[in-house]
Amino acid sequence: MPYPFQLGFQDATSPIMEELLHFHDHTLMIVFLVSSLVLYIISLMLTTKLTHTSTMDAQEVETIWTILPAIILILIALPSLRILYMMDEINNPSLTVKTMGHQWYWSYEYTDYEDLNFDSYMIPTQELKPGELRLLEVDNRVILPVEMTIRMLISSEDVLHSWTVPSLGLKTDAIPGRLNQTTLMGVRPGLYYGQCSEICGSNHSFMPIVLELVPLTYFEKWSVTML
Amino acid sequence: MLDIESQKSPKGRWPTPPFDPRFPNQNQTRNCYQNFLDYHRCVRKMNQRGKGTQPCEYYFRVFRSLCPRSWVQRWTEQIQEGTFAGKI
Repeated sequence: MPYPFQLGFQDATSPIMEELLHFHDHTLMIVFLVSSLVLYIISLMLTTKLTHTSTMDAQEVETIWTILPAIILILIALPSLRILYMMDEINNPSLTVKTMGHQWYWSYEYTDYEDLNFDSYMIPTQELKPGELRLLEVDNRVILPVEMTIRMLISSEDVLHSWTVPSLGLKTDAIPGRLNQTTLMGVRPGLYYGQCSEICGSNHSFMPIVLELVPLTYFEKWSVTML
Repeated sequence: MLDIESQKSPKGRWPTPPFDPRFPNQNQTRNCYQNFLDYHRCVRKMNQRGKGTQPCEYYFRVFRSLCPRSWVQRWTEQIQEGTFAGKI
């Protein structure tokens, strides 16, 4: 979950998000190195009395500052493409869950076996219990088994929405008439929060998503009680 | 034939629909629609030949897992009214 004065990403709960976190660290480090080098050189330029008014060419340094950035870009591109292809790997899901975006709530359908479906509305601020998170809690959480590959199918019944869970590295648009697929794999039990990420009207900021990842036996017991 | 309730999934080990190489990408709309069509076409053909519709159950379970309930409801009503746009 997000916390005040947070600077970085939320802790990763899926292998893909872990990879993305490390990739971001790697790329941000390159960004800081390049920026500080440039700032340092600018400060040197501005604080020197030395001049050179007859520069004609600078073949050697030009070669270096062409080849070196090319190498740096390759060092960024290779891990990036690796993660991109990793996201598209064919996996065999054990469960399919559908989520439909509405104005302004999400509904969830688990129809592999019986017809289990429910709506998930945000809990208004006045009705929060002490310790609950403002604008993030919902009445019916999405209960899912932990450590299982789950196929999520996302669509909408009215306008564009976007189903997001940052901790799992998931963000998929909910488009009316289209069924978008994403793969969910949580490695730790717990509560994971997200918010609608596509402007969808007046209550766009008030339709959060809460995943509750639990062991499989709890998931099976819960699904029986929800029928 | 068109009654979803009478074709409920058996209480066995139905894993969720497997990966379908015809629809490898993010957009699974066609996967859902194709299985819905295939189920109804299968049932129609089996009924024409006077055979049981048990083999068609695979398509039924796939579209039940993949397709949103509202879509299935809307298409089923259209089939019953005769206004369904697909070829069955």
